[in-house]
Amino acid sequence: MKLKGAEILMHCLEKEGVDVVFGYPGGAVLPIYDALYDSKIRHILARHEQGAVHAADGYARASGKVGVCIATSGPGATNLVTGIATAYMDSIPMVCLTGQVASSLIGKDAFQEADITGITLPITKHNYQLERTEDLAKMIKEAFYIARTNRPGPVVVDLPKDLMAKMIEFEDNDEEVAIRGYRVMKGVNSGQIVNAAEMINQAQRPVIYAGGGVIASGGATELKEMAEKCRIPVTTTLMGMGAFPGNSYLSLGMLGMHGTRYANYAIGECDVLIAVGVRFDDRVTGKLETFAPNAKIIHMDIDAAEIGKNVSVDVPIVGDVKEALKSLLPRLQAKEELGEWHQIISRWKDEFPLRYGKPSEGRIMPQHIVEKIYDLTQGDAIITTEVGQNQMWAAQYYQYRHPRSFISSGGLGTMGYGFPAAIGAKIACPDKTVIDIAGDGSIQMNIQELGTAVQYKIPVIICILNNQYLGMVRQWQELFHEGRYSFTDMSHQPDFVKLAEAYGAVGMRVNRTEEVERALLEALQVTDRPVIIDFQVEREAGVYPMVAPGESLLNMLGGDLDD
Amino acid sequence: MTNHTLSVTVENRPGVLTRVATLFRRRGYNIDSLTVGTTESIGVSRMTIVVQGDDTVMEQVIKQLYKLVDVIKVIDITNEESVDRELVLIKVKADNNVRAEIVQIVDIFRARIVDIGRNSLIIEATGDQRKIDALEDSFRPFGIIELVRTGKMAMIRGTSEDTKKR
Repeated sequence: MKLKGAEILMHCLEKEGVDVVFGYPGGAVLPIYDALYDSKIRHILARHEQGAVHAADGYARASGKVGVCIATSGPGATNLVTGIATAYMDSIPMVCLTGQVASSLIGKDAFQEADITGITLPITKHNYQLERTEDLAKMIKEAFYIARTNRPGPVVVDLPKDLMAKMIEFEDNDEEVAIRGYRVMKGVNSGQIVNAAEMINQAQRPVIYAGGGVIASGGATELKEMAEKCRIPVTTTLMGMGAFPGNSYLSLGMLGMHGTRYANYAIGECDVLIAVGVRFDDRVTGKLETFAPNAKIIHMDIDAAEIGKNVSVDVPIVGDVKEALKSLLPRLQAKEELGEWHQIISRWKDEFPLRYGKPSEGRIMPQHIVEKIYDLTQGDAIITTEVGQNQMWAAQYYQYRHPRSFISSGGLGTMGYGFPAAIGAKIACPDKTVIDIAGDGSIQMNIQELGTAVQYKIPVIICILNNQYLGMVRQWQELFHEGRYSFTDMSHQPDFVKLAEAYGAVGMRVNRTEEVERALLEALQVTDRPVIIDFQVEREAGVYPMVAPGESLLNMLGGDLDD
Repeated sequence: MTNHTLSVTVENRPGVLTRVATLFRRRGYNIDSLTVGTTESIGVSRMTIVVQGDDTVMEQVIKQLYKLVDVIKVIDITNEESVDRELVLIKVKADNNVRAEIVQIVDIFRARIVDIGRNSLIIEATGDQRKIDALEDSFRPFGIIELVRTGKMAMIRGTSEDTKKR
């Protein structure tokens, strides 16, 4: 069969089960777009390549499938960079197809040429540049395989224009992917499983510290089984929200810089720390020397390089987290009683709950809005976030019950992520309510995607917690820079209601606590377009409790009953 | 901080050297030397990398290298029975008064003179790093005009079966 490169590409994408791609056309991808015109694959036209890549990422996080985006060469490709780095830091499976100038022009500084494979080298799991159309099918197959297996991550495939237009004799085959330097991790070391089981069975004050790896591996059920069987309290990282039901009596909520006091205290006092699918990030551990100082540490992760990277570990278990938990479970002794450890923890919970103050006139407490969203959605919505205070409040005050229900840029902390990610998530899960908890700063970074959401009738709800500040930076200036609010005042901003309406979306403004519920209910009724709710929140509300950077987790600011 | 010698088998593809070099740069590992060349297998190259670091750093270096899709195998051969060699070219000042003396040194080190200029000689030598260091020291009094070293390459002694017996 004679086919053009671009037609082979469509064939390969369909074979990988791709049903939607997010993209933006341009000169170098004309042949690809020409083939896309006849393809069964749905294409979502973003308004900026960054919108496309974050949407593909949101789609991947919500569905567990590989997200796909397309951009043209040069500026199209470089506009993907922030989104690729975002996915890389959070281990999200994604394939980014970039156009490239014709092979004969590569290296000649041609119009819209950029060395995207060079640029994305340190922020991709792997990347490719096609040299012969004949290699395309194998390359695409490998790209998807690498993106979704082991520790997932983004893969860039750079496609020179002439090779996409070139017609070749093509015959498909079902050869399995075989890459010498890349093997899919199978099984776990049973010796270490025995050691881990013994350690857990003997523990007096165990804590589970669970992260994004639990969600990526699909191991949330096993994690819950383990926690409930042995009555072990669970704290999750930001990436691990939803890996364990936030409304369980065993849940400690999030740990770390803006974690709950009881989670951080539990880390400080535990004798065995069971770290599952986590990487001991600095935002989680605070000062490393004082992190879980009395604990023996069991660390399960699929990436061998994560084990021993930041802390030394007593029982290392390299492998798929779900597999590891499965083989661990039968070796664990069930506990009937809660015992002293749980008494200590519930005392902390009573003494140091998450709490916030009262708003001034014409303002709402941002935390209250998140709580209301939780009440009205029964914890069943998919929540995406921007980055900053909005993200931390969304993590603290919504009890995530299901994996893939909290979608946030954890590692890179990308402002402008939440809204395009919400679009991707809604396309992946059309039956779910999808809400972007945003700040007034972040939302302005990718607000142009309102055009996308309106065009495709995607009913996501954007709740702007509008304090007219870059709130998190302002908070740090308040705490660490003597209140010198250097360039964090954002009170010069558009009328978000009019802006929404200009795009054809629904816009609302709310500045009284009593109106929050009614506005949210109204927004939840809209099924054919996005909604922006501009919540005027208490301007200088802070995210507490808080561990100052580099401090011990036990040394928390705010959030106790005295402030 | 000690020197470790890694033997890294990689796919012979464009960009592989950049991938390895980028990894070292990004994670802040110190490369002392790096050599790369083809091997007996088609499509496979071998790098010999000398890195500075303690055991924890080396563990990370090796694990991170394995994460590169183009890296096939990594062996730390620092403590293995191995042969290592380096090649050096030295252009040394050599007028008639000192030529005889230089030739003597060349003989002692079993090096070779590969070019004779009016006032200089180019000397080629191979050997382990200590020999090359010694050679460099011996010629320094005459005045070294130019010097280039390849960096170390290394190979484990015996076959893999021998290694198992050991």
